[in-house]
Formats: sequence, structure tokens, C-alpha cells
Amino acid sequence: MIKTEELTRKFGDFIAVDHLNLQIVRGEIFGFLGANGAGKTTTIRMLCGLLMPSSGRIWVNNLDVAKEGEKVKKSIGYMSQRFSLYQDLKAKENLEFYAGVYATPRAEAWENTLPLLEQFGLKESLNMRTAELPMGYKQRLSLVCALVHNPPLVILDEPTSGVDPQARREFWQVINQLAFAGKTVLVSTHFMDEAEYCHRVIIMQAGKEVALGPPRELKQRFEVQNMQELFMKVAGGINAKLK
Amino acid sequence: MPNLNRIRAIAGKEVYHILRDSRTLAIVILMPILQLIIFGYAMNMELQNVPLAISDLAHNHASRRIIQAFEQSGYFRIIPVAVEDFVPEELFRQRKAQATLSIPRDCGEERTQMLLKVDASDPNTAQLIQNYALGILGGGAKSGLLDLRPFILYNPDLKSSFFFVPGLIAMILVMICALLTSISISREKEMGTMEQILVSPVSALEILLGKVIPYILLGLLDAFLILGVGMLLFKVPFAGSFVVFLGFSFLYVLCALCLGLLVSTIAKTQQAAMMMALGITLLPTLLLSGYLFPIPSMPAVLQKITLIIPARYYLVIIRGIMLKGNSVAELYQAGLSLIVMTIVMLIVAVKRFKLRLI
Ligand SMILES: Nc1ncnc2c1ncn2[C@@H]1O[C@H](COP(=O)(O)OP(=O)(O)OP(=O)(O)O)[C@@H](O)[C@H]1O
Ligand SMILES: [Mg+2]
Repeated sequence: MIKTEELTRKFGDFIAVDHLNLQIVRGEIFGFLGANGAGKTTTIRMLCGLLMPSSGRIWVNNLDVAKEGEKVKKSIGYMSQRFSLYQDLKAKENLEFYAGVYATPRAEAWENTLPLLEQFGLKESLNMRTAELPMGYKQRLSLVCALVHNPPLVILDEPTSGVDPQARREFWQVINQLAFAGKTVLVSTHFMDEAEYCHRVIIMQAGKEVALGPPRELKQRFEVQNMQELFMKVAGGINAKLK
Repeated sequence: MPNLNRIRAIAGKEVYHILRDSRTLAIVILMPILQLIIFGYAMNMELQNVPLAISDLAHNHASRRIIQAFEQSGYFRIIPVAVEDFVPEELFRQRKAQATLSIPRDCGEERTQMLLKVDASDPNTAQLIQNYALGILGGGAKSGLLDLRPFILYNPDLKSSFFFVPGLIAMILVMICALLTSISISREKEMGTMEQILVSPVSALEILLGKVIPYILLGLLDAFLILGVGMLLFKVPFAGSFVVFLGFSFLYVLCALCLGLLVSTIAKTQQAAMMMALGITLLPTLLLSGYLFPIPSMPAVLQKITLIIPARYYLVIIRGIMLKGNSVAELYQAGLSLIVMTIVMLIVAVKRFKLRLI
């Protein structure tokens, strides 16, 4: 589904992402772990075509992102790390807006999102201004907006930061459902317990890969009990939060 | 090809922002009215009660009529000066008079020569005084008393409001329209919502068109608002047709909105966008559009620069419509220039608009 080759991004002299080689397959839940500034967001932005790599290449669905950006973008649902729905729009208007920019017909967009809106308990709040929703519900709504065009690839940049445990559980339930339905899910997180739910994870430090593989295998290889210990061992554990 | 659904989605969302954001409405409704009033009264260069000293050596019917005409005009206030004190330079120096008129003994006979002296320490006012005085004396010419024929068209009383209101409409309109689009785009960059748009398959043209379309209506609303307030407060006439005004204002508004788009491709923050939009509209319009200074008397280089000032064309249009009652036939060339500028700016904006972050 996704393949990168020596993917690198510099900001001036600073190397934010350093020669990453990734292969992510269809239906996989792939986790990006790393401390603040490790390069997770920068990598994710390059995968979505939001940032140009300084060098290296990316293929999504066998399409070169640099050359066929528009086609690639249609197949991605993206939730940015920074909350970026329009606060002055109603929840429903935000959904309709994203359906519009992906040129998804209204009826189809509702078909794609209604089950999820019900599951999240958002259906009753559709006529509320987004600004009035509690944080957890804003994040839930962001996720729904990212799925409005039923994309095969879902990229979530720290979707669970700043939300309550209940919302985090719901998020992971949905992520599992998405993968079960054949979608590929990329998710970055600071929470090491969440890493356990991923099929495979990459741990990044200063732009470089320091560990890559299924959580169970990694724990065995590094002889640790849980992901938190693993993270401490391979990445020094700076700023890692344990929940 | 731009996709209409996407443009509609962006334009529709923009309409919600406009309706729910009191700041936009303030920019669109309050700002033009305030500006019109402030600039309007500041630029009101109508003369009133200019102290005028008259030395009347004739003391006959004709000379009394001339003095009466000055008195009744409302522009001059005749100050009494004893014959022996009538030394114009001294009167100017003491600021007792700004102008003096000497009527010779032979007033009323053929080809009377009169001497008007004007204190030109403020050249603009002096010019106005001279024009007004000639206008008044010209009235005397009709009665066959004087050999003097000033010929002033379209603004027979030389009312300054006729001159500054059309210019203000041009200036305020370009400023507000450029502000609207540039702020609306830079705000999305600042808030991070642009990232969520850029990740979708929208093209630069679709984003920019979606941003411009809702503001066209606001711009036109403003055009009529400023015109209406101008007519109400400053009693300017409107000789032409409102349909022609609407059509050409549409072109001008579109042009100014595209200028705002161009600004937004350079400015990264709302603050920067605001400064830049004001910077490239305010002074250039004031100085280089032919509003304050006539273009033919500018140096050749500046004359060339005026060609890319949208207000230059709109000023021709709006003065033509308001004062002369011009129709499309006389104005289409200026309209075409606006269209060309709009297209060029839109193309440059689309080329410059980055579909990526940094
Ligand atoms: N536009 C930019 N210009 C310069 N440096 C940047 C830019 N964007 C990111 N960086 C730097 O690149 C590094 C990686 O940032 P990135 O946002 O990818 O980290 P992250 O892993 O997502 O961190 P976080 O957990 O805080 O979200 C950081 O040191 C950051 O300061
Ligand atoms: Mg990040």
C-alpha cells in the first residue's frame, strides 16, 4: 500500500526525517512512535503530499506521490495533529464541506459516515457549532470528516492526544474496524499502551528508525515486558507518557 | 478542469464564515462608512468665508453688483478696509485677508481690467480662490459688464465633493476587497485549516475561485453602500445608469479581490496580509490613480506605473458615470483594462499558490 525509499526531509541544515525505508501493506495498522520532534508529523505530511521530500521517493498504491499527487490524495483520509475543523461551522456543515472538497455526493457521504456518527454518539450533535463540542467530540468529528469519502488509506496524526480515556477506547475500536474492513491505517501516538494495538510500529528518534516490527516481536527481541520499557530502551524514553 | 462541487463547497463554507463572523461584517459595512466620513470631511476643500478685501474706486452700479456677487456667493467674507490701509501684501502678512480685489474707476465701461491678488502661501487654497473668484466674476460677464469667460463643465460650482467622492469610492472599494480575500486565505493558513484543505485533491484554481466568489457580492454591496452614503452626505449627483455602475463595479471588485489573492500567496499571517493589502492599495490609489494628481502632468515613468493601478480605470469609469452620465460605449476600454488585469492576477496567483506546506 505504501512504500518509501530513503525518504529524507531537511529544514535548512536540520534533518527532520533521515533515510526512512518503509513498507506498509493493505489492512495493516501501522504505528508511528517517537518523542516530540522525532519526525513523525514530518514523515506523515510527506506521505500525504503536504510536504516535498528533500530526497527519496514515496509510492502509495503503486502511484508515485511526487507525480500523481491528485490521485493519491483522493485515496487518503487525513486527520492533522492540530485540530483543524472550522469552529464557527456546525458539525454537519464541516462534514458537508469535506464531502464537497473530495467531490463526494452528499448521499454517498452520509452513507459513509452515518454508522460512525451513530457509534460515536455524534448524530444528535450535528446541528451544534463545532466550537461548542467538548474536545473528545471534536476529535471524533475530525475522524468522521477524514472518512467522508471512504478512503482506502487513513492517516491519523496523534488522534488521541488531549482526549479522555473513553474517547481513546472508542478511537481504537474504530481503528480496528477500519482495518478489519480492509483499510490501511497509519497512526502516530505518544501513548505506549496504544502501540500494543498496532500490527506493526516504527520507533523514531531524531528522524531515524530505531526499531521497526510487530510489538510482540520487538518486545522479545529487546527482552522487555511492555512497549514503555521498549521505548525507554531504544529511544531513551524522553517524554514518553505511560497510561 | 475545475470541479464545480469543490468550488461550491469552499464558497459555501466561506458564506457561513461571513455570516457568523462579526469582524468581516464590520470590515464590509462599518469601515467604508467611517472612511467615507473621515476622508470626506478631511478632503472637503470647499471654500467658505475667505476673507477678501476690496478696494472700490468706481463706486457705481457695476462695482456694487460685483461686490454683492462676492458677498452672496458664501465663499467670501468681505472685510472692511480703509482706503489708505489697502496694501495687499500687508493684509496678507497680517492674515487679515487671503485675497484682494481692486476695482478701478472705469468699472462698468468696456473691457474693465480688475486686479485680483491671492495669498498663495497655501497654493491649493490659492488655486481654489482664484477659480471661485473667476467663477463669480464670470457671472458678471453674462450681463455684458466684463470680458471674462471661464468655462467649467460638469461641476459648475467647482464643488470639491464632486471630485473626492468618486475617488473615495474607488479607493475604499479596492482596499476592502483586497483585505477580504487576503485575510480570508491567510487566516486559514494561520489556523491550520488550510492543511486539511491541501490534503484533499482540490486545485489552486478551485480554492481561489471558491474564495473569491462569495466576496463579489459583498464588494458590490459596498459599492452601492459607499455610493449611497456619498450621495446622501455630500450631495454628489449620479447622472448615469445604476446598471452600468453595477456592471463596471463588478469588474473592479473582481479585480481588487484577485489583488487580495495575490497578496495572500505572499503573506503568511493575517497581520502581514493586512499590512500588505493596505500598503498596495491605499497610497498608490491616492497618488497614482489620477485621483489627487492628474496623470498627464506626472513624469513619464510614473505615468507608466499608473497603468497597473486598477483604480486608474475605475476612476475614469465612475467619474464618467456619476458626473457625465457615460454609458458602456464610452467606458468599455477602461472595463477591458480591468478584465485583463484581473485575468493576469488570477493566473499569477494560481501559479504562486502553493499546494504544499512550505
Ligand atoms: N517547517 C519547519 N521548519 C523547520 N523545522 C521544522 C519544521 N517542521 C518541523 N520541523 C522540525 O522537525 C522536527 C520534527 O518535527 P515533527 O513535527 O515531525 O515531530 P513529531 O515527531 O511529529 O513531534 P510531536 O510529537 O511533537 O508532534 C522538529 O524538531 C521540528 O522542530
Ligand atoms: Mg507531530
